[in-house]
Order: sequence, then structure tokens, then C-alpha cells
Amino acid sequence: MATVTLTEGRDTAALRRGARGSRRPRLVVLTFIGPALLGLIVFLGYPLVAAVYFSFTRFTLINPPEWVGLDNWRHLAQDPLVGVAAKNTLWLTAVMVPARIIGALLTAMLLNAMKRSRSAYRTLFYLPALAPPVTATIAFVLLLKPQTGPVDTMLRWLGIDGPLWFNDPAWAKPALVLLSLWAIGDLMIIFVAALLDVPVDLYEAASLDGANAWQKFRFVTLPTIQPVLVFATITGIIGCAQYFTQAAVAASVASNQVTGGGGVSGTFGYPQNSMLTYPMWLYTEGFRYNLFGYANVLALLLFVVSMSITVILIRRFKAFTGSDR
Amino acid sequence: MNRALIFVARHSVAIALSAMFLAPVLFLALTSMMTSNQTFTSDLWPHTWHPENYAEVFSKTPLLKYLGNTAMYAGLATGAMLLSSVPAAYALAKLRWRGRNLMMTLIICMMMLPPQVTTVPVYMLWANGHLTGTLWPLILPMLLGDAFSIFLLRQFLVTIPDEYLDAARIDGCGEWRTLLKVVLPMARPGIAAAAMFQFFYAWNDYYGPLLYTNENEENWTISLALASFRTLHHVEWHLVSAATLITMVPVIVLFFFAQKAFVQGVTLTGVKG
Repeated sequence: MATVTLTEGRDTAALRRGARGSRRPRLVVLTFIGPALLGLIVFLGYPLVAAVYFSFTRFTLINPPEWVGLDNWRHLAQDPLVGVAAKNTLWLTAVMVPARIIGALLTAMLLNAMKRSRSAYRTLFYLPALAPPVTATIAFVLLLKPQTGPVDTMLRWLGIDGPLWFNDPAWAKPALVLLSLWAIGDLMIIFVAALLDVPVDLYEAASLDGANAWQKFRFVTLPTIQPVLVFATITGIIGCAQYFTQAAVAASVASNQVTGGGGVSGTFGYPQNSMLTYPMWLYTEGFRYNLFGYANVLALLLFVVSMSITVILIRRFKAFTGSDR
Repeated sequence: MNRALIFVARHSVAIALSAMFLAPVLFLALTSMMTSNQTFTSDLWPHTWHPENYAEVFSKTPLLKYLGNTAMYAGLATGAMLLSSVPAAYALAKLRWRGRNLMMTLIICMMMLPPQVTTVPVYMLWANGHLTGTLWPLILPMLLGDAFSIFLLRQFLVTIPDEYLDAARIDGCGEWRTLLKVVLPMARPGIAAAAMFQFFYAWNDYYGPLLYTNENEENWTISLALASFRTLHHVEWHLVSAATLITMVPVIVLFFFAQKAFVQGVTLTGVKG
């Protein structure tokens, strides 16, 4: 009872009356958070505990789990593709996250330098971020179609023999990066707001000190928007850790193979495993090969990596936890 | 003079960028008007215009059914999310209770967790309930709160001054009455943003429907169907393009109706800590 006060520390008589109005505050709070609390237990707590248990078992949808000790964990060493998949995800993270942040920052700075036309351009630049990922991916496969696609056609006008893009192991991942740059809008809007929050007098002071444009950017803009940059980096890394849809759809559409009953996972990784991301491999092991126990080993590794990043996030942004506002 | 030059330079860059952002959609639109044969050539402009491709895609594929499934998933998921997440966000933003910080931390963990981590155990739960093959495993959890929505709503609700809530409490409102009568009307932009994010997320979702309905074409969503289109047609690019554009329409219409709330929501997730 005593621990639950209903307002932030303002202890007036009227407020106490308000608090007394709801006789069992703890129960009242529970009516608000009950469903969400249950959700955390069922969809966060339980699966994590179960994943650890399942990682020591072998089972299918029909057979109950059977204890196999460390077999699944040992299998990790013999898995020929887990390394390839992890490397692809690392490659995509290392290129996509900085490329998107730099691209979004540059477009946001351009927008903020405009006056009357800013909102029109902002809407235009933002729109691609609204396109469903599957839709956007199909558009890019069509756009980057080898030889006859418009991009290769235009490159030919310039006398350049365009690459095979999604059909070439060396160009498939760069093509995915282009796709991610197209849908840069949400990050751009965040940067637009962050840049507008930089106090104008800081720029004026820098000008008085004789700073040039680059120095103003380096010593005024960057430090002020640093929290947003860190946020964008970490959410970007988390986004790349689960990168699945675009790579799966691009492989499926560009491979142009009829996949039949087994669904899309038959074309995962096309061409030559260059677009096989870590979550795709997890999905394949679990739902194509029915190695559910082993899939949990892969899931736990993914969990450890992504949670380490989240812990960094929470450390850097104490305010997120809602204590001091 | 110098100023005019900078003005021209800025606008040239902005116009070039606009062209790059619009080109893929424009090319989809052009392709959707071509004959099947022309889509395999490198001519960018339709030789003859075929708007009837749009009718053909509806008659040749169960596109309406897929759109209906997707609308059901997105609509129900959004409604369920609001029912469960608005009260939770209110308790996290405006009530003081032991464990609040812990719960906020867990919400952020959940938000940051790649869905693939919990996929197998959660899939087993739904398989035991005989609900795999349907979209219910994606809708029902929304009744138990959505981490991202709770986070977003909470970020919005903390910006509402406590004075309004205190006034309601002095008038003898309980916490639920305060939420429903005072906070909800003031939080409409935040709720609109959260609802739109949830609707878009479900409308665009590919991983979830793939996981649960891959084997059951009856319950496919539009994203899943589009990605598998060439298994029904032998890469009929003109039809794929038409169907792709049709998929974008609801999202873009919704965006223009609630652009302000949406932009505010995006900003809120990233800037306000």
C-alpha cells in the first residue's frame, strides 16, 4: 500500500483523497498492467526458458522432446552454413547501418536547410519508407533486373555493362543495401527533428569564434545529436540482426524458381548463399529441416548478441527506464 | 549572387533525390501498364497502355481474399493492441508503483528482441493449441500488449502535464475514469500514431504470416502472396507490378489522412528519451 502513490511525490491532502478513492491501489495498477505483464511472461519469459531446455533436446512437432545433452551444441561445429549466414549478417550490419545513418543525416541536413519547400520534399523522401518491405523488394528486383532492367539499361546508355545484381553473389548484398537506402525515411525524420533541436545560439557562438561550416558540424551539430546517433546505431544493429524479409523475397523472386510446397525457404540464400542471413538459416534449420532443438541453439546465440546490444542501449539511455523525468 | 547559387544547388540536389526516391514506384506503374511480352524488353515506356491488367490480376488470382485476410489481421491486431497497451502505457507513464522501472526495462528488452529468438517455443505453443495455419497466433498475442506500442504510448503519455490528472482525481475520478475521460482525449495524436504503426506493421508483416500460414494458402496475407506470385504465374511482371501497387494503396491513403500524427510518432520513438 505505502509503496504505491498515485502521483509523482506531490503529497497534498486532495491527492491523498484521490488515492484513497481507489481503495486497493496495487490491485488497481494490476488491472492496468495485467495483460501486458502476462504477455511478458508468455512471450518473453517462457520462450527464453523453454529455448534453453529445448536446446538440449531433440524433437519434432509430433514427438515430445527427448534429452540429448550437448548434441545440438556440438552440431554447431559441423554446421556448414551457420558461419556463412553469420558472416552475411555481419556484412550487412557493417555496411547498412553506417550507410543508412550517413544517408539519413545528409538528407535531413538538406531538408533543414530548405525553407518553404521543406515539408513537400520531406513527404516525398519519406514515402518509400511506407512501402511494404515485400513490395519494395519486388520493385528493386524488377528495377535491377540484369540486362533489361531500367538501371542496367541506363548504365548501358553511359557505356557501362551493368552487374547482375540480385543474380550475382558479389552484387546481391550491395543491392540489398541500395534497397535499405531507398527506405531511409523514418531515420531521416528522426534526424530532422534532432537537428531542429540544436540550439541556434550555439551556431552563432561558433560563428563569432570564426568556425567554418565543417567545424560547426563537427563541434556543434554532432555532439548535440549524439544521443540520437547512438539510438539510430543500436536500433539499426538490432534491425540487421533480424534481417529476413528483404533477403528472403529478393532470393525467391530473383531466382525465378518455382518453389512448390515447401515454400520459400527452398530458395533461401540465392545466389550461392550470398543472401542467406542468420535468422533465415535459423528458420531453415527449424521449419524446413525440423531440427527444432538445434534451431534453439541458434536462437540463443542470437539472443545473447542482441541482448548485449540492448544492455548497452539501456545503460546509455537511463531515462528510457522511466525513472527520472 | 552566391546565395542564389546555393539555392539552385540545394534544389537541384533535392530534385535529383526526389527522382531517385520516386523512380522505383514510377517504374512499377509503367510496368503494370505493359503487355507481358514488353516486360522482358529493355524499353521503359509502354508501347501500348493496358490498364485492364489491374482487372486481370483480380480475376486471375484470389487477390481480394489475400487483401481481406491482411485487413483482418491488421485491423484486429490494431484493436487488440490498443485495448491492452494503452492502459499499460498509462500505468508506466503516470502511476507510481514498485516494479515500474523493471517492467519498463523488460518492455524495452522485448522490443529489441529479434522475433526469431522466441520463434520455436512460441510456435510450439500455438501448435499445441491447433492454431498454426491461421493468423490467430499473430492477432491474439496483441491482447497481451505489444512492447513497441507500449513504449511509444508511454513516451507520449509522459508529455501530458500531471495537473490535468490531479484535477480529475480531486474531482473524485478513479484511475480508470481519469484515463478514459481525461487522458484519452488528450492522447489522441499518440494513440493515432501507435495504431498506425501497428496497422502498418501487420499489413507489411512477412515473417509472421510465413511462419504460421505458409502451408495454408487460404489464410495467406498479401505480402506472402506477392512473394510467391511467380509460382502461380510464370513471372508475369506486368501483373506482379499491378498487384504490388495495389498493396501500397491502403498504406499511402492512411498516411495522408494522418500524416501529422505519424511523423510525430516516428520522432517520438527516436528523439525523446
